[in-house]
Amino acid sequence: MGKIENLDFKKNSLRKINSFLQNISYKNNKREFTVKNPRGEHAICAGLKENILVKINGHVGYYCGGMNQKAKIVIDGNAGTGLGENMMSGTIHVKGNTSQSTGATAHGGTIIVDGNASSRCGISMKGVDIIVKGSVGHMSGFMAQAGTLLVCGNAGEALGDSIYETVIYIAGNPKSLGVDCIEKKITKNDIKKIENLLKQGNINKLKAINFKKFGSARKLYNFNIDNASDY
Amino acid sequence: MCGIVGLYLKKKKLHSQLGSYLSAMLDNMSSRGPDSAGFAIYNNKEKKRYKYSLCLSKKVNLNNFEEDIKKNFKNLDIKTISDHTILYTSAKPQKFIPFIKKNYENILLIGYGKSIEIFKQVGSPKDIVKKFNLDQFSGSHGIGHTRMATESAITIDGSHPYSTGEDECLVHNGSLSNHNNLRRELIKKGQEFHSLNDTEVAAGYISNKLSKNKSMKNTLTDCLSNLDGFYTFIVGTNNGFAILRDEIACKPAVIAENANYVAVASEFQAMAHLPNVNKAKIYEPEPGVVYTWGK
Repeated sequence: MGKIENLDFKKNSLRKINSFLQNISYKNNKREFTVKNPRGEHAICAGLKENILVKINGHVGYYCGGMNQKAKIVIDGNAGTGLGENMMSGTIHVKGNTSQSTGATAHGGTIIVDGNASSRCGISMKGVDIIVKGSVGHMSGFMAQAGTLLVCGNAGEALGDSIYETVIYIAGNPKSLGVDCIEKKITKNDIKKIENLLKQGNINKLKAINFKKFGSARKLYNFNIDNASDY
Repeated sequence: MCGIVGLYLKKKKLHSQLGSYLSAMLDNMSSRGPDSAGFAIYNNKEKKRYKYSLCLSKKVNLNNFEEDIKKNFKNLDIKTISDHTILYTSAKPQKFIPFIKKNYENILLIGYGKSIEIFKQVGSPKDIVKKFNLDQFSGSHGIGHTRMATESAITIDGSHPYSTGEDECLVHNGSLSNHNNLRRELIKKGQEFHSLNDTEVAAGYISNKLSKNKSMKNTLTDCLSNLDGFYTFIVGTNNGFAILRDEIACKPAVIAENANYVAVASEFQAMAHLPNVNKAKIYEPEPGVVYTWGK
């Protein structure tokens, strides 16, 4: 290993490729890498720790870029379940669609999906910013705690169910809202945040005023017997 | 967990490749189901005769069985691979099935029809695919399953695909929670079951509806209101196959479609070897939506 041409799943194992990318020396001048023939393998680029750029040419499986710190990962294809799960910082950019639980429990950094993200996008997210240029599936933002979910298309059923302090901006419409999720008034501060996210996602077709804001009604924070059926 | 795969070939010239494509799909899904595996191949070569897929236990002497069966049925061909035998005969199911059940307690009928052939065994999918020479099979479509057992024992009885009607079969990733009650109801309606497995009940439910001239779309839509639990189903018929995911949709599925084929699998990696798959239209079936392909 050590040579860039070996970051090819036809020539090397997942463990070897990941181990190489996880152990890039900070002093190494080389900072850009291309992974070839990913063939939907799971956990590609999980646990990266350095400020490197990894381009993946093809579709990836589950948990791609999980636990990422600092690295920028660009996927020229689709991603499976749990993209960027528990990511701490850095950026993941998917040019296709993503499967369920995109950005689950992620603490920081940014995830950009050019296509659609399916169900439970941003489930239990804890500070990551997720930008989806298409639509998201049902139960997106479920129990989401912090960070921002921006959706340019629509959302499936039960958006933001049992949401905590994540803020959801959506240009289209949610099919329905989950328990304790309500529409909120857009403030000047929100406009600034949305503009910033649109810039990060390189989205020109929409303006900040096109978005609606959803968040927590904060009625489920403490147990209330009147809400028993909602828990 | 469990892995499910399906492949429908749109062009006749590709039919000879069905087995080799499907065997690599099943092999790859070993990671989701190492306990047992099975597959159903649809091959429309037979016009008048029926094909009966039989699994013979070690207690059965194959030669004796062949002689015995030739005495009773004419126009008969027999194909044996590993412990499975496919019997080709013009004998109708109403006559043939009771004959097998009455005379051979150590032979399990695992499917029948004019098109379907079913093979399933306990053990690693990689070995099973090899034992049955799946890569040599040709056909228009096939579906397969790799099992991680949760609901019932690791036996042939507990292995997928389940066939409960002529040329019908079902593979399932997930688990049902109301299958015992539903089994009792279906038994009252005349459906027969051979295991305690939840998927067999779903297969029986689907066959029961289809036998009442309900369309596949209506049948699977009825599943949404009558089957509790988690499921991604692939239902095979003579014409093609259908897919349904329950409305929670926590059991995965991905579809790749182009001018040559429709492939479906629990994970994309199971279809990564298919020609030009990276340029195919790749998408996830939506929860609670029925998808069908075929003639």
